[in-house]
Amino acid sequence: MKYFGLLWANLKRKKLRTILTLGSFVVALFLFALLAIVKTAFSGGLEVAGADRLVVINKTSIIQPLPLSYRDRLARLPGIKDVTFANWFGGIYQDPKYFIPQFAIDTDTYRQMFPEFRVSDEDWQAFVADRQGAIVGEKTAKKYNWKVGDRIPIKGTIYPGAWQFNIHGIYHGSKPQEDTSQFWFHWKYLEEGTGRTGTVGWYTVRVSNPDDSAAIVKAIDQMFSNSPYETKTDTEKAFAAGWVKQMGNIELLILSIGAVVFFTLLLVTGNTMAIAVRERTGELAVLKAVGFSDSFVLFLVLAESVLVAVLGGALGLLCGKLLAAGGDPTGGLLPIFYLPPRAIITGAIVTIGVGLVAGIIPAVNAMRLRVVDALRRV
Amino acid sequence: MAVRVDGRNDGNSLVQVRDLDKKYRRGSEDIHVLQGLNLDVDKGEFVAFMGPSGSGKTTLLNLLGGLDLPSKGSITVAGDEVTSMSGSKLTHWRARHVGFIFQMYNLLPVLTAFQNVELPLLLTKLSASERKQHVETALTVVGLGERMKHYPRQLSGGQEQRVSIARAIVADPTFLLCDEPTGDLDRKSADEIMDLIERLVHEFGKTVLLVTHDPQVAERANVTLHLDKGVLREGAVAGARA
Repeated sequence: MKYFGLLWANLKRKKLRTILTLGSFVVALFLFALLAIVKTAFSGGLEVAGADRLVVINKTSIIQPLPLSYRDRLARLPGIKDVTFANWFGGIYQDPKYFIPQFAIDTDTYRQMFPEFRVSDEDWQAFVADRQGAIVGEKTAKKYNWKVGDRIPIKGTIYPGAWQFNIHGIYHGSKPQEDTSQFWFHWKYLEEGTGRTGTVGWYTVRVSNPDDSAAIVKAIDQMFSNSPYETKTDTEKAFAAGWVKQMGNIELLILSIGAVVFFTLLLVTGNTMAIAVRERTGELAVLKAVGFSDSFVLFLVLAESVLVAVLGGALGLLCGKLLAAGGDPTGGLLPIFYLPPRAIITGAIVTIGVGLVAGIIPAVNAMRLRVVDALRRV
Repeated sequence: MAVRVDGRNDGNSLVQVRDLDKKYRRGSEDIHVLQGLNLDVDKGEFVAFMGPSGSGKTTLLNLLGGLDLPSKGSITVAGDEVTSMSGSKLTHWRARHVGFIFQMYNLLPVLTAFQNVELPLLLTKLSASERKQHVETALTVVGLGERMKHYPRQLSGGQEQRVSIARAIVADPTFLLCDEPTGDLDRKSADEIMDLIERLVHEFGKTVLLVTHDPQVAERANVTLHLDKGVLREGAVAGARA
């Protein structure tokens, strides 16, 4: 600690330069945090996807329906424990720019299939008892200030009409990555309202043993092959991954941008440190003359570089955290919008790494500096 | 007290230099800066080295301070053979035994007078309050007790050199090495600095080895030695002025 004054004084030497270098780290780490948030938004579903759940959709496309009669046939297949189904609704609440993922669900089986979404028994029973009942995720409830007992009008798009729902419960996720923006209502209400009977959007099945998933996937698709409604079955994780891939290789894109940003940061900081050390060659020589060792001088320069990096990096990550705390700014397109702790740790490690690498060459040069030569130049 | 340059001392001197050679290589040519130099300085002596530019005065000072290594010969200070020490041991020895005073003061501009003087004490095990006490004493000795929080840019050249002297004495080194300490000062400030250095010798018993071009400065020393073409001689040498 007794050397901190010396370190701090050196940072204050050229305030503008320090602020600009610090600013580079703030911007870079804020961008890193933003990329991590976007990556989580796209791939967060993969992390929480159930290992024992399979998704069965129409082979042509997910927007094509499947017969309700498949439910019993799926349930009879060996190795399948539970079956539920759901349907995409796609209605508009007040303004088309407000996006809420709405699902018509099978109230008898859906809750059991997705226990990670927590809702009280009392609320669930009230929801089940009311054909116009709805359960809404806490994020959406908070966003629109919805409470239990509220009556919510939603304008149908795929299924035209003015639909009315009564909120009976708010569900919560058990992990931050879980999507708490959904809006669930009775599949029977949808069926009755549209008159389209006997079809569902997709099935979700739970297998008894995840190790059998590959065989069961094959068995399901074989069972419905050569029928008017052929199926395409995947594990929930693969299904979520396929969904993300439709947007392009987000991970590669994010990694590429991140790598370019950090490499540029490395060059900027390395150059700044080199200039900073060259400017005070004489001072470093004096430190050595009065008895500071070569390794201390090495440590001093490295510590300076790392201190700038850590201060700027921490500020950048804090800005990212604040952005995430503010919630999804896209109006619902990124329902999982948060900065995972793993990204913060990665950001911190990368920041310290950049600080060390940027400072190492100037630090080694400072360490090798011969006092006699340096003093001659003063 | 005594200073000798013939190498025939009894071995009890504070500083003992024997057969010191220093040569540099410039291209294919060897340049002999110091040749077979002997020197004995007792504790409490005030020695001035004079000589023309390039005569090896600063080189000798650097060797005595452990900042450079000789090509041949030995330097022993207070019983420690400096020339046989490794890099890290030499650094440690320098911190403990040598106080440097430079012509250009060489203060760290980002530190206050107090912080500049405190630097050598950061290498010791003294507590913050003990360091504070030592620094305040050193700055009071040089007459800058009221300027502790000033930065070098807020001080005159003479005051900066006083801070530099305080930094040199704060850890109570075995001897002080002064390289043209008045070279950048006007006559009045130079006299004040020399008064201070004399006081350190006479009042505090410090041993001072000083390099100068200025005969008026050299006159203040107990002994003046002349360095010419790498050879050290006692007494005045005609035309030895730079």
